[in-house]
Amino acid sequence: MNSNYAVPAVALVVVATVLVGAFGLRISRTTSDFYVASRTVGPRLNAAAISGEYLSAASFLGIAGLVLVQGPDMLWYPVGYTAGYLVLLLFVAAPLRRSGAYTLPDFAEARLASQAVRRLAGAFVVGVGWLYLLPQLQGAGLTLTVLTGAPEWLGGVIVAAVVVATVAAGGMRSITFVQAFQYWLKLTALLVPALFLVLAWQGDGAPRRAFEEPATFREQRIVRVDASLDLKLDAPLTVTVSGTVDGRPHDDQRLRLPAGTHRIEQGTRLTFAKGDRVPAADRGSNGGMSTSLAASREERPLYATYGLILATFLGTMGLPHVVVRFYTSPHGVAARRTTVAVLGLIGGFYLLPPVYGALGRLYAPELTITGDADAAVLLLPGRVIGGLGGDLLGALVAGGAFAAFLSTASGLTMAVAGVLTQDVLPTRGVRHFRLGTVLAMAVPLAASMLVGGLPVADAVGLAFAVSASSFCPLLVLGIWWRRLTPPGAAAGMLVGGGSAFVAVAATMAGFPGTGPLHALLAWPALWSVPLGFLTMVLVSLATAGRVPAGTAAILARFHLPEELREELREEVKA
Amino acid sequence: MSGFIAGLCVAILPLLAAGFWLGRRTARPQNLGGLGTPVEHATFQTLHTASLAAPPLRAGLTEETARKSARRLRTLLGTDALCLTDQEQVLVWDGVGDHHRTEIMERLAGPLESGRGEAFRLTCDAPDCPVHWAVVAPLTVDDRVHGALVACAPRESAVLVRAAQEVARWVSVQLELADLDQSRTRLIEAEIKALRAQISPHFIFNSLAVIASFVRTDPERARELLLEFADFTRYSFRRHGDFTTLADELHAIDHYLALVRARFGDRLSVTLQIAPEVLPVALPFLCLQPLVENAVKHGLEGKTDKSHISITAQDAGAEALVVIEDDGAGMDPALLRRILAGEVSPSGGIGLSNVDDRLRQVYGDDYGLVIETAVGAGMKITARLPKYQPGVHSASRLTGG
Repeated sequence: MNSNYAVPAVALVVVATVLVGAFGLRISRTTSDFYVASRTVGPRLNAAAISGEYLSAASFLGIAGLVLVQGPDMLWYPVGYTAGYLVLLLFVAAPLRRSGAYTLPDFAEARLASQAVRRLAGAFVVGVGWLYLLPQLQGAGLTLTVLTGAPEWLGGVIVAAVVVATVAAGGMRSITFVQAFQYWLKLTALLVPALFLVLAWQGDGAPRRAFEEPATFREQRIVRVDASLDLKLDAPLTVTVSGTVDGRPHDDQRLRLPAGTHRIEQGTRLTFAKGDRVPAADRGSNGGMSTSLAASREERPLYATYGLILATFLGTMGLPHVVVRFYTSPHGVAARRTTVAVLGLIGGFYLLPPVYGALGRLYAPELTITGDADAAVLLLPGRVIGGLGGDLLGALVAGGAFAAFLSTASGLTMAVAGVLTQDVLPTRGVRHFRLGTVLAMAVPLAASMLVGGLPVADAVGLAFAVSASSFCPLLVLGIWWRRLTPPGAAAGMLVGGGSAFVAVAATMAGFPGTGPLHALLAWPALWSVPLGFLTMVLVSLATAGRVPAGTAAILARFHLPEELREELREEVKA
Repeated sequence: MSGFIAGLCVAILPLLAAGFWLGRRTARPQNLGGLGTPVEHATFQTLHTASLAAPPLRAGLTEETARKSARRLRTLLGTDALCLTDQEQVLVWDGVGDHHRTEIMERLAGPLESGRGEAFRLTCDAPDCPVHWAVVAPLTVDDRVHGALVACAPRESAVLVRAAQEVARWVSVQLELADLDQSRTRLIEAEIKALRAQISPHFIFNSLAVIASFVRTDPERARELLLEFADFTRYSFRRHGDFTTLADELHAIDHYLALVRARFGDRLSVTLQIAPEVLPVALPFLCLQPLVENAVKHGLEGKTDKSHISITAQDAGAEALVVIEDDGAGMDPALLRRILAGEVSPSGGIGLSNVDDRLRQVYGDDYGLVIETAVGAGMKITARLPKYQPGVHSASRLTGG
């Protein structure tokens, strides 16, 4: 990949983000503009902002990578990411807006009038935010490595530095415009190259064997193995090897490998001939950190799929950076309209990554071996189209990828820093918000250096699982069940979210490598979400005396449309 | 391996947090062992029990607060049973002998009327009833009897009578404080109500005069201004709800500025810079308009040339930051400090101090106005408005969209 164009593209995206953030305010100097300047954000603009903030590295790079490696089963990811907003629309959007809460801890306090529950919700916001920031930074590192060959950590550090600098300096003054801009940028960055790729694919005779049969190399290709792995061969294969295979060193020798499992050490170069089948790589047994959740998915596909569906469907409503954007809607009805528009925008966007995944399986099949499947979107334009056009399109995609890291990371950092400043750090003030920003970014940055290797989309899935097990019960029961009590809410969040959190931590630590327990821990939503709901209901029923005073009035405010409330008040006065 | 350690750290974090929380919950200052002599120790214990019983009573005498404090009060007196009553009924009975409730209420009529304590023997059919004597001490607030504290014991004791009187007096003080709290809240509510009706009469005269001056020369303009005036006064005289949204308040400011501009023409220019994210923020009704009015007054005061006012509302995380700046005459900071402290009354209109008081009342003392000014250097007023505050809900539907 030619970095001559990609690096300026990335730099351009960063500069544009900072500029829009700093100067994108509506300014009026005459009276007639006054109305324009003080006009609230419309549903479409707000929806673009929500979509821009929501479409992260997992959506931009991760889905294509997963589809490339594992095929159409992975389409559940984009479906789940989108359908989460359907659940949000049906159960949460309007009441949440009417509650007047800005953040999830605010909602907990508004509904349950309890400082303890507020703090607990704050802790979970920080936890989910950090879990979600982690893959953003890893994705940035990967992107920069693919583009320029820079070390893995550099991209994460750059994103972290840019985000902390702009957020702490108050540069995100017009965050709605920034995020809306990022959405259209990301859509363009995927859509334009995709059109060219599909045209090139047509010109290539439109080969159709993407998923029916195992992938094959379409030309001679040299593959460098970055992390040791086991190759599973169904049939004998002849490759040229320079490096270590099965413990024996080779130097540019042609080698015939019999069917079975072969261990390829780190740094080995394999040259495959045209028409060779792409062997399956097994990372489960190399004992390191890079145990892909895919391993357990292959063992228990149905369980894993349902776990994924539940986590993404119910986790979206608990994402801290999504919830704060709904505050910008002027009223409950606008919040609903916004959500509908988000469904459209995100749905349109998610049509694109699978295209890259499918084309990647045709044109860059070796990515399944090197473990850099997440880079498929970045590599494809150069691979398929080539030349100056390919380089320019590649630069566009790279810019879009950085927009994805920046938008999601800045939204999350602001949400986490807000909670840290408000509920954790002792006193309030601008300086403390800066401290909170640094803290919000430092922890995931450090973790991204320690914990490597989890596929980006999988890591995001874990954040969704924790969110679904803690905030989904709180929001749904808080909005729809009048007998919820503070102890019930606290217990439900602790048991549901806590168990999902422990499962995530165990999975990240690589424990246990395989087996049914691993599947349970890697896809916790299927048991932890019902557990959270059940605990919340049972403890609430057991502490029926602790239902907060004024619950009826609060629920009426959540559910009655604003105009109706106005009329009721007038009637009461009269 | 490093990954395993990292995962382990992540897993341990919630445990640490839970432990910290538990520690905070259980660490009560009961452990006073080894502090001074036994007498001092007993004093500490008594003071501690008394301090625990105080907070519920600060909310006034109701069934719930009585229930919360009765157990502590009984510990304080060391009796078998303790009961708190209001004028009509027993609020709570802590300890044994619950069946004496009605009898106590009948016998209380006298002490509640006279406001003097007494002790009397209880008549009881139950042979094993542990309480035979009741000591009554009335609870008074401002010389009016609000209820009584009744301590029951097996035998008559002068010490108990004395102790019950002292405890009753102490409880009365707490109730008086509760009363004080209530009247303070009422005072602030009254102040807000008074403030609301108080758009400056000068403004009304001036506006009507300006409109009158246009009626012949430019009837269309006069009609527009009259509508602006109607909109602004309708907003100001609105009766429902104590809170509004930033968008509505800005619209009211718009109407206000249209009228002011009609009067001063080109002498006044206004820049507005609003982050649309903060428009739905709820804030106390009519708390920015006075600041703008103040800026207009200071901007044009003693000047014949042009004046410029800028209004900005920024998004700052969980808060909205509203800044109103003028380049007018400014003010002596010392004088301003005295005005804000309420020592000097400002010259007409809604004072800055009133807005400041209301913001502090609603959001807490951290959220008062920040004013930067000097003589001849203009004035910059900064208000911080939290996006969410328990109990603050805008009563209006946002206009525009």
